[in-house]
Amino acid sequence: MTDQTAAGGVVLAADGTPLKASLNRALRRNRIRAVMLVAPLLLFILFSFLIPIFDMTFRSVDNWHVGTLMPKTSAALAGWDGKDIPEEPVFVALVADLQAGAKSRQIGKVGTRLNYEKSGLRGMITSSARKSKRLKEGPYKAKVLKMHKKWRDLETWAVIKRNTAPYTIGYYLNAVDMKYGQTGEIVMQPENRRIYGKLFIRTFAISLAITVICVILAYPISFLLATLPLRYSNLLMIFVLLPFWTSLLVRTTAWIAMLQSQGVLNDLFVFFGLVDDENRLQLIHNLTGTIIAMTHILLPFMVLPLYSVMKTIPPTYMRAALSLGANPVVAFVRVYMPQTLSGIGAGSVLVFILSIGYYITPALVGGTDGTLISNQIAYHMQSSLNWGLAGALGAILLASVLALYLLYNRIVGIDNMRLG
Amino acid sequence: MPPPSYAGPVETAWYYGFRLICAFIFIFLITPILVIIPLSFNVEPYFTFTQGMLTFDPDAYSLRWYKDFISNTQWTHSVQNSFIIAIAATILATVLGTLAALGLSNSNMPYRSLTMGLLISPMIVPLIISAAGMYFFYSNIGLDQTFLGIILAHTALGTPFVVITVTATLVGFDQSLIRASANLGANPTTTFFKVIMPLILPGVISGALFAFITSFDEVVVVLFLAGFDQRTIPRQMWSGIREQISPTILAVATILVMISIALLATLELLRRRSERLRGISPG
Repeated sequence: MTDQTAAGGVVLAADGTPLKASLNRALRRNRIRAVMLVAPLLLFILFSFLIPIFDMTFRSVDNWHVGTLMPKTSAALAGWDGKDIPEEPVFVALVADLQAGAKSRQIGKVGTRLNYEKSGLRGMITSSARKSKRLKEGPYKAKVLKMHKKWRDLETWAVIKRNTAPYTIGYYLNAVDMKYGQTGEIVMQPENRRIYGKLFIRTFAISLAITVICVILAYPISFLLATLPLRYSNLLMIFVLLPFWTSLLVRTTAWIAMLQSQGVLNDLFVFFGLVDDENRLQLIHNLTGTIIAMTHILLPFMVLPLYSVMKTIPPTYMRAALSLGANPVVAFVRVYMPQTLSGIGAGSVLVFILSIGYYITPALVGGTDGTLISNQIAYHMQSSLNWGLAGALGAILLASVLALYLLYNRIVGIDNMRLG
Repeated sequence: MPPPSYAGPVETAWYYGFRLICAFIFIFLITPILVIIPLSFNVEPYFTFTQGMLTFDPDAYSLRWYKDFISNTQWTHSVQNSFIIAIAATILATVLGTLAALGLSNSNMPYRSLTMGLLISPMIVPLIISAAGMYFFYSNIGLDQTFLGIILAHTALGTPFVVITVTATLVGFDQSLIRASANLGANPTTTFFKVIMPLILPGVISGALFAFITSFDEVVVVLFLAGFDQRTIPRQMWSGIREQISPTILAVATILVMISIALLATLELLRRRSERLRGISPG
């Protein structure tokens, strides 16, 4: 192709337009093509995944119950100063709301919502709604106060008023073992009801323990795999890859067969006389079971990045250190290990991220003291139906995972992530 | 392999000691998977080795649990469901993921790393959170307890793997081949199927395998979204472990281990092919 040059010294493309404009147009077209290729998946992920996640975390602040189902009371309470039991107009609104709620059978939701903040309020709301059907005319204040003793409690009214707001941080307070006190200030839960703080700490501690065990177990075998000749290491790699590709449920089932009191390990212990037949070890449905099974499941995620880093370290470095007079331990610690740190970092963050969000294995082999925060989220989703709290716990877990992921991205870079 | 001949006693001891430690770790990795295979032939309804099994008495072994697996409609349904869901999700994920990877590896793509982050987010977000979010959202739009809902959910979970593997393959892809093809008169579609596709095929297939296994093995989302009619194999195993523990689970597990061995072999073949192809292509 020959360059054409116009009078002003501008380089022209083959079709006579300035080359710069022509290039820009090609670039723009190229960019549009790239965006069009990505767009279908981006839209799909947005609708099938990102919006649902956002929707769930939104539930952790959403507080529609009182404002929507008791609109008159909410309006009447707007001007209440909180110093004394409200006056008659509030009770007129309350009775109207209770009657409407009893008719539409929705009032129970208000009771459930209020009960999260102060126990006993569900009973108060449902019984009062039932009784309110018989109230024909006012003045209502005295009659309502007689219905349930909690109506005479100033705190009840404070709770109702607080929850007329469309958004709440109540679920998050609950998720970090705090609550609103008598006068609306934020206080810690009583000692015996602080469960989530302990659970978060336990989740992090178990994940950390699993990560450390994985590093300790993965380091020697990765080193062996990286230093053996390829034909041996490819064979040994099957020991890592087969568990990696085996169904999670299969591996969990296998650990149940291994660890239960009549299981393979206990049989071996009894056979070798390490344990009496009567005192077989309790290895499953507790913390031990969770840690053993999860370490086994996550170990390949540590071996693979560590192996790929070790593979790139030239063996000559170690030989150089040895020939310069370092003893093998010094040479290993000061020459070899620093070069594997990026692999340890990548593997550790990966294993840690995976284990703090683990659900299946702890649910099946964890018993009560081996369960993690995910299990509590599932419990609130499926059994207690406290979706706001599930959302809040989920949002905290999600935030920790995303923070760790950013760290992982800093260490490895997502483009360098290798699979299999 | 013996230690080198110049090694002293300490080195020799360390050499064998290190290998012994490694052997224990490899045993830890593989034993649980191997143990379930003989246990699945147990004639007794237990998860344990009986006296007869240890003395290799042929009467202690049977195909009882395999027969139970084949004749039990709950299990056969779950196999059918698993394949329907996994195949549909794999096709969707592979098509969407490959197209997106082609766009992402274009250096002119705006907001590249942000887009990449969003696209692979289903892989990073803990499953329980994804499942909870999808449960609320899909119930609101009437997709809970339907095959479509689970297929869409599994597609979302599978696409990050396709995006990552195909993007990785495209790193070694010579972009000038596309221009050469256009120059020789091929339209973009022909270029895609005749030039790009054959070269990135190993990446696409291994991405598809990852997507397939993700869906095939996934149970948390299924726990939340599936009704009785959409129960998959892992879901059936879950209730098997929780409710009525029977060695049928071990028979299923053994079959699944065989499937993963087949998958592993496929991937290894692909890896070799990809290395061979990359050896001859420039860049």
